[in-house]
Amino acid sequence: MSNKLTHLKELESESVYVLREVAAQFERPAILFSGGKDSIVVTHLACKAFYPAKIPFPLVHIDTGHNFQETLDYRDALVKRLDARLIVGSVQESIDTGRVKEEKGYNASRNRLQTTTLLDTIEKYRFDACIGGARRDEEKARAKERFFSHRDEFGQWNPKNQRPELWNIFNGKKNMGEHFRVFPISNWTEMDVWQYIYQEQIELPSIYFTHERRCFFRDGQWLAAEPCMKLKPDEEVVTRRVRCRTIGDISCTGLTLSEAHSLEEIIGEIAATRVTERGGRADDKRSETSMEDRKKEGYF
Amino acid sequence: MELLRFTTAGSVDDGKSTLIGRLLYDSKSIFEDQLEAVEEASRSRGNEEVNLALLTDGLRAEREQGITIDVAYRYFATPKRKFIIADTPGHIQYTRNMVTGASTADLAIILIDARNGVVEQTVRHTCIAVLLNIPHITVCVNKMDLIGFSEEKFGAIREAYLAMMQKIGAHAEMSFLPISAKYGDNVVKDSDQMPWHRGGTLMQLLESVPIGHKTGEEGEPLRLPVQYVIRPISDKFPDYRGYAGRLASGVLHVGERVRVLPSGMESHVKAIYQAAKTMEKAFAPESVSVLLEDDIDISRGDFIVSAGHAQPQVSQSLTMMCCWFNEQEMQLHKRYIVRNTVSESVGMVKSVDFRLDINNLEHIEGVVSLKMNDIAQLTLRLAQPMVFDRYVENRTTGSLIIIDPDSFETVGAGMII
Repeated sequence: MSNKLTHLKELESESVYVLREVAAQFERPAILFSGGKDSIVVTHLACKAFYPAKIPFPLVHIDTGHNFQETLDYRDALVKRLDARLIVGSVQESIDTGRVKEEKGYNASRNRLQTTTLLDTIEKYRFDACIGGARRDEEKARAKERFFSHRDEFGQWNPKNQRPELWNIFNGKKNMGEHFRVFPISNWTEMDVWQYIYQEQIELPSIYFTHERRCFFRDGQWLAAEPCMKLKPDEEVVTRRVRCRTIGDISCTGLTLSEAHSLEEIIGEIAATRVTERGGRADDKRSETSMEDRKKEGYF
Repeated sequence: MELLRFTTAGSVDDGKSTLIGRLLYDSKSIFEDQLEAVEEASRSRGNEEVNLALLTDGLRAEREQGITIDVAYRYFATPKRKFIIADTPGHIQYTRNMVTGASTADLAIILIDARNGVVEQTVRHTCIAVLLNIPHITVCVNKMDLIGFSEEKFGAIREAYLAMMQKIGAHAEMSFLPISAKYGDNVVKDSDQMPWHRGGTLMQLLESVPIGHKTGEEGEPLRLPVQYVIRPISDKFPDYRGYAGRLASGVLHVGERVRVLPSGMESHVKAIYQAAKTMEKAFAPESVSVLLEDDIDISRGDFIVSAGHAQPQVSQSLTMMCCWFNEQEMQLHKRYIVRNTVSESVGMVKSVDFRLDINNLEHIEGVVSLKMNDIAQLTLRLAQPMVFDRYVENRTTGSLIIIDPDSFETVGAGMII
């Protein structure tokens, strides 16, 4: 009989391998946990990689202060269940202490401000590897990412001079003050993530499923009408049945009109869709290379 | 569903980006917003047609210069398989990127411009594919529309390619396809223009070619490099000591007698875990955690292998083909860090046996240093014994990287002979 792995098993095996390399090669690694499905899958993989030991990484959440309550509730429940350590970096605190300046205007977002809070948190806790849930299929600059991605002492990414990465040999060596970003699910697609969540029956924040929400329509997409969002005079708040396809903070999370109640229905919806998941992300629409620009500065 | 990883090497002019664009487009893997973004970017650059290369060239510098600099990974799926494309630039100054893309590929697509036939670039791309031991090479003769879809001319290119393979002494499983990426002939859809071609389309080939995972079959040498030791030290698991790693080849069975290298100590497999699930056997490339009957000293970098047949080599010296990656030239007798799978040692290059002319595979003797993108056969001396196989027998245990201890950059990649 021939021994063959399904693509999900192969991807899982690769990611587990990467996570174990992080634990072996670094002294102070952490998982960057956003409460979105990708970082949830990474955390699930970490649990599998080190079973029956606890995950050897704290969860770090960069909280913009504009998060969906459902995401925060989910985060707290997960941390309790895993008996993990949670570290929260607060963007509000960065604003209050004058580290960053709040954007103004209708499209103001704290998305970009997160970078400073993230880098401050990394420095404060001296993390030498930050594990993220970014995938290469998400965005064109991310298609060029390594599994082990080097950051200089300013936290910056230099896409033109990345370390070559061959076979499955990872080089996590660095000088003092530098760190790595590690992306264990680099090779997964959006569909893989959903199929895996279905296969493993991983619990998700409720906003991934259809629910009624007060929202408004701007620049071709639905956004949540939460207090942190400033409405233009002609914008009208209506109630719609929506769900999130990807979760960022409230200001940049586009909502999809959907009736999908279950993982099966979500997978069906994604299989039929003709728009990428980041198509609903206002943060990517700022310019043609906005992801690359933010990543160079030290963004997730 | 299985996963096939393949690589494409080529430059803008031979239609590589168009071919990838065609594969993605005809398999309905391009989304509307991506296409809109590319259309808009094409317009703002003054391109008359939609420039599908903008789909693959993601970095600002690449878009500005209209070239591919780095490896980009693309993903698509059909109902039969999932695919990962490592899309690499084809010019000689990007040899190192081609090597990177080829290192994990099950299949290589070599593009030939039908008007030009086998050229220097074709030889170079083939040499890299052969050197990296990619199991299957698919030669796509592109732009058939520009030579009148001629069967005769296609046959001549095929003959020339086979003659070239013979001349460089290379062997690989091969297939040949006449295509037109621009019009889609034989890419995803059959060609009306070339009824004489009965070899099917590129997509049919990608969906059916055997995937090079023979490493996980019974009878293959057992190789488990230990990455990490899991020790929960909890009330529930007071004595759990799991050797965690990803099987590089072979099948591991509960009860089997195993040997630990380099120490040579032996024991039996007590249990195999995948998270909370216990298994009777595991095979490459699965990630597992293994418990042994006896309490023996095992740490990261050690290998668990079969106690019986097919032992790997354990040695402080090895010979390899090396591709140099860094602007800093390779120096003889300098101390480098050598990493093979998950084990590490200090090592130095004792001698350069010859440098390979990548355009024709000829040996150049009398070389004492290597420049970026050079490929050469080296002899390496290590401070500690290393466990390894020959690269042609195992791509995981037969490969290594060289790290500069001053900059910590990965400066070279080696394939052990």
